[in-house]
Amino acid sequence: MTDNLSFSDLGAADPTTEPFWQACVERRLTVQRCTACGSHQFYPRPFCLSCEATELEWVGAKGSGTIYSLTTVRMPVSEDLAPPYLLALVDLDEGPRLLTNIEAESAGIGDRVTVAWRRRDGLPPLPVFRLSAG
Amino acid sequence: MPHILTASPVYIVGAAETPLGKVLDQSELSMVALAAKEALGEAGLGLRDVDALFTNYMGEEGSVQLGEYLGVRPRYAESSDMGGASFEFFVHHAMTAIATGRCDVALIAYASRQRSRRNRKKAAAALDGSLSAQFETPYGIHFPIGHYALSAARYMHQYGATPEHLAEIAVAARQWAGLNPKAWVRDPLTIEEVMASPMLCDPLRKLDCCLVTDGGGAIVVARKDRARDAAKRPVRVLGAGESHVQWHVAQCPDLTVTPGVASGREAFAMAGVKPGDVDVFEPYDNFTHAVLLYLEDLGFCGKGEAGAFVSEGRLRPGGSLPSMTSGGGLSYCHPGALGILLLIEAVRQLRGEAGDRQVPGAEIAVAHGTGGLAFSTASTVVLARD
Ligand SMILES: [Zn+2]
Repeated sequence: MTDNLSFSDLGAADPTTEPFWQACVERRLTVQRCTACGSHQFYPRPFCLSCEATELEWVGAKGSGTIYSLTTVRMPVSEDLAPPYLLALVDLDEGPRLLTNIEAESAGIGDRVTVAWRRRDGLPPLPVFRLSAG
Repeated sequence: MPHILTASPVYIVGAAETPLGKVLDQSELSMVALAAKEALGEAGLGLRDVDALFTNYMGEEGSVQLGEYLGVRPRYAESSDMGGASFEFFVHHAMTAIATGRCDVALIAYASRQRSRRNRKKAAAALDGSLSAQFETPYGIHFPIGHYALSAARYMHQYGATPEHLAEIAVAARQWAGLNPKAWVRDPLTIEEVMASPMLCDPLRKLDCCLVTDGGGAIVVARKDRARDAAKRPVRVLGAGESHVQWHVAQCPDLTVTPGVASGREAFAMAGVKPGDVDVFEPYDNFTHAVLLYLEDLGFCGKGEAGAFVSEGRLRPGGSLPSMTSGGGLSYCHPGALGILLLIEAVRQLRGEAGDRQVPGAEIAVAHGTGGLAFSTASTVVLARD
């Protein structure tokens, strides 16, 4: 165990999500997997939403998924993002659904996407998605 | 056998709006006090008769702050935050409390000056360690337009609803607003004008979104015998139901379905009526597409059919399901939490005192509230002319 910077201390994580954000530093997208029933879940909890077992492990996600819903934000919301930009819900192939951005000019519901990483000053890279090739 | 909560019926015995629109000469607390006095006065009651207090968004420990201001020391109190639907939840809870003898006269009240104060928040806080700050804020999701846009986009994709279907909701609300002298915007509006308004978050345009105004109101719930000296006709609470689901949009398994399925089923079952019996529908029209989802989830039409259901002008004045009869959150008033005003308008319609916008012969009305982010909460209240 190295003396990693704690993102919880910065308010950018909490003690249960710290492993997720530490994996993001290495550009690895991770989700929780229940060792009892095998279901995947995200965000992390100390129990399985499917079977209520309490033994869960962090596993790497393939990083591929499908757009469940999508909007183009055309109004100013964040100082870090200049509109217009694509805001989406992506269903990972493992099951969990993530809110994210699609780094593309345009996209559609049902499109296949692959994880990409957005650099952030002083914070772990943010998982975003781009349209899958082919 | 009657439902245990309706065996000894409860009534809305008073209902009043606060000042509406842009309110510069009152505080939120004084606005509530004015509405509370008026609502209690309709029932022949005073603040000294109130023994239960329900409020939301009136500051930390809201019922405590409001109780102090009004000089009310309740024996039953609640400041649950169920978003804009809190007031429908409170009617449900007041029914339960009155039926079990925990209180006799329940005051439900709220006011906001979100327009005058310009304090409407548009995004969750950054870097406070919350799940929203970690997994929503960095992606630039507007609070709440982004959440609802993701619902609307999925709904239109899944069921083929069109921008015209959404626009029809705004037009219907505006036609009702034209009949309500208290409505914030009353100019005529066309489908084409809605569809030409600026896109904010696809598919939601400016005129698909509710107003930002000051306002609020008060209602009084009691047994009929507590309002013996009532100046106004009490309105019976036939049934109520509630539910809530996700807070974070990614946690919602199906953004085309709302917790109104559960709240509506419970409310209609308790009331012993069907959607087809409803004369006046007061849905929480924070966004146009939201009304389509409520119509389906409460059983006014089948899933995915609401676009066609509304496109015959059914919700407009003269239509077969008069809805948003005040002009709604889209054109009358949206003081951050619309739920209290849905109940007040339903009461006005059932008393037959709605003036130019009166629905002739209205016997049964439904107020359906929602709250939170993309249909987090829902509560349905079925009311009847006694
Ligand atoms: Zn499990």
